[in-house]
Amino acid sequence: MTVSPTGAGARPEPVQRELRITDTTLRDGSHAMAHQFTEAQVRATVHALDAAGVAVIEVTHGDGLGGSSFNYGFSREDELTLIRAGVEEATQAAIAVLLVPGIGTMDDLRGARDVGASVARIATHCTEADVSVQHFGLARDLGMETVGFLMMAHRTTPAELARQARIMVDAGAQCVYCVDSAGALVLGDAQQRVQAMVAELGAEAQVGFHGHQNLSLGVANSVLAFQHGARQIDGALCALGAGAGNSPTEVLAATFDHLGVQTGVDVGGVLAAAEEVVRPFLPRWPKMDRTAVVQGWAGVYSSFLLHAERAAERYGVPAHEILQRVGELGYVGGQEDMIIDVALELVRQRDQEPPKSATTLEGSSSSEAASARLLSPAARAGSSG
Amino acid sequence: MTEARTIAAIVGPGNIGTDLLAKLQRSEHIEVGYVVGVVPSEGLARAEKLGLAASADGVDWLLRQNPLPQLVFEATSAKAHAANAPRYADAGITAIDLTPAAIGPLVCPPVNLREHLAAPNINMISCGAQATVPIVHAVSSVVDVPYAEIVASVASKSAGPGTRANIDEFTHTTSRAVQMVGGACRGKAIIILNPVEPPMIMRDTVFCAIPADADTDAITESIVARVAEVQRYVPGYTLRADPQYDEPRETWNGNARVAVFLEVRGGGDYLPEYAGNLDIMTAAAAQVGEVIAQATAVSPATVEPTTVEPTTGTVTA
Repeated sequence: MTVSPTGAGARPEPVQRELRITDTTLRDGSHAMAHQFTEAQVRATVHALDAAGVAVIEVTHGDGLGGSSFNYGFSREDELTLIRAGVEEATQAAIAVLLVPGIGTMDDLRGARDVGASVARIATHCTEADVSVQHFGLARDLGMETVGFLMMAHRTTPAELARQARIMVDAGAQCVYCVDSAGALVLGDAQQRVQAMVAELGAEAQVGFHGHQNLSLGVANSVLAFQHGARQIDGALCALGAGAGNSPTEVLAATFDHLGVQTGVDVGGVLAAAEEVVRPFLPRWPKMDRTAVVQGWAGVYSSFLLHAERAAERYGVPAHEILQRVGELGYVGGQEDMIIDVALELVRQRDQEPPKSATTLEGSSSSEAASARLLSPAARAGSSG
Repeated sequence: MTEARTIAAIVGPGNIGTDLLAKLQRSEHIEVGYVVGVVPSEGLARAEKLGLAASADGVDWLLRQNPLPQLVFEATSAKAHAANAPRYADAGITAIDLTPAAIGPLVCPPVNLREHLAAPNINMISCGAQATVPIVHAVSSVVDVPYAEIVASVASKSAGPGTRANIDEFTHTTSRAVQMVGGACRGKAIIILNPVEPPMIMRDTVFCAIPADADTDAITESIVARVAEVQRYVPGYTLRADPQYDEPRETWNGNARVAVFLEVRGGGDYLPEYAGNLDIMTAAAAQVGEVIAQATAVSPATVEPTTVEPTTGTVTA
């Protein structure tokens, strides 16, 4: 079975492909690189991915166009320089950019289009799709392929996620992703969300899945997503991404190959790209250490990881405690500033009430159903011991 | 004899207009004479119940009233205000614009209201700007600020359809105000909507790049004084923590950084407390009206209407 991409703007598909893998090493990986990608790294990575048959490669600041800032970290290189470099290196792949309305603007999207980006991925928190309407309209006007990105998908119900996906499709999205930004969806949670979105969108638009490895389930969730109708899946080489990283592109390619699912990606090619191109410049291999697991467990936006580690070092409070509190308070993507605020709060508490077990945070004693646990940040906290 | 109060109209009797009405009803200097909409609404009914002259016949009706208002607060849309503004100007009515139309000067009361007291039209910028520009300005009053960035986090429930349909307008308008009013060489604004329940109270963070050798005590003092000024008209405006200073970094062009964490709890007049973003707009607009009313008040003995002398600019280095 071949699923052709929907609508205008999609590139002709030279390869038989049942599933399209989008590589986001050069966007989600920007978080893990503290936004310090060089042009040479971008060129080498795009070259290798393009040669391995990856059809879409995302190149942007981790927080999307316009993300270079005090709050998220300044890019080492101007992102338009990096996007242009990606466009120049790609022979068959389309270069995608991420835009988070409220952070980036339509002007930023025009700038990215001008240097050759051809896929616009517009991201909102999972319940706020209506802020993206103007951006989808512009992306379509610019002749770009469009993808919607519903982040922190664990924070809402499958039915509501489907309703939000509908808003994006009505605004011009050709595919909408269930984005597990916190790596908090556990198997059935991912499956139900994808199913609900597929049921809502039918043949009008595709459904995608973007996983994180905080609870090690990025690849497994991606397989379930495909089996329940998702046709676009995100990965990153060496898992280079926020938190414990993304579903590794090379593992996705190998796994889907094993399942006999055609992705058009050469497994040997992406393995080489991971091992020979990305691994040498990894500052550290994203891994499921305590802070990253807490992110998946407490439902915290994965990009908060390095910010929490920096605040931990500066203020002398443990990063995993910061992240757990962030989860309880229900902060969403983009609220990196609140990490410092939470660290200061923990310092105040520590100084007021000296050495008890400082980890006993206000938790809910909730024993609600699993789906409710996903939705309520307070309910995720539990009492940590 | 007490001096006559300035007569004002509220155009746009929605949530913002209704909250503004509650605030203005406590004013010593302003009397809300008229509440105007374009369709019958709860807001108009509420105003009528309070004994105010209310009409769904729009600005046409308002301009037929006698006496005409001296001040009009407009809480409609940018488009509606763009259409109405010339009519107010022709009638000699000062407009205080809570929409993003930005026809008149961008005004943040503790920063530059004094300079614009005589302006026929005053724009209240955005909620994020009202919360953060006073701080940027407090810093830029002490040291050069080559770059300032603000992050506004608001409860999803407090972001109306207008904001959602054009969120870029917020980022553009607010970043412009951070520069033009706040005094930063470059400005950037970010807005985040958070749907958590119970709704989060508005939070704002201000980051300013400052020289490596900046006098941080002087900056902190300026910030704390400015927060106290804003508190006079927004009692729920507070610092969450002391200003935080970061050492200079190469990636910051060798600049150091100050970070200021603010909370804006609304007054709960008509809007819920968490909606500090809306409250700070109505409170700032009310403050502008208040100051204008005081400045232009004609005591019964005076025959000649006073022209307002712009008092000393508040932009002091």
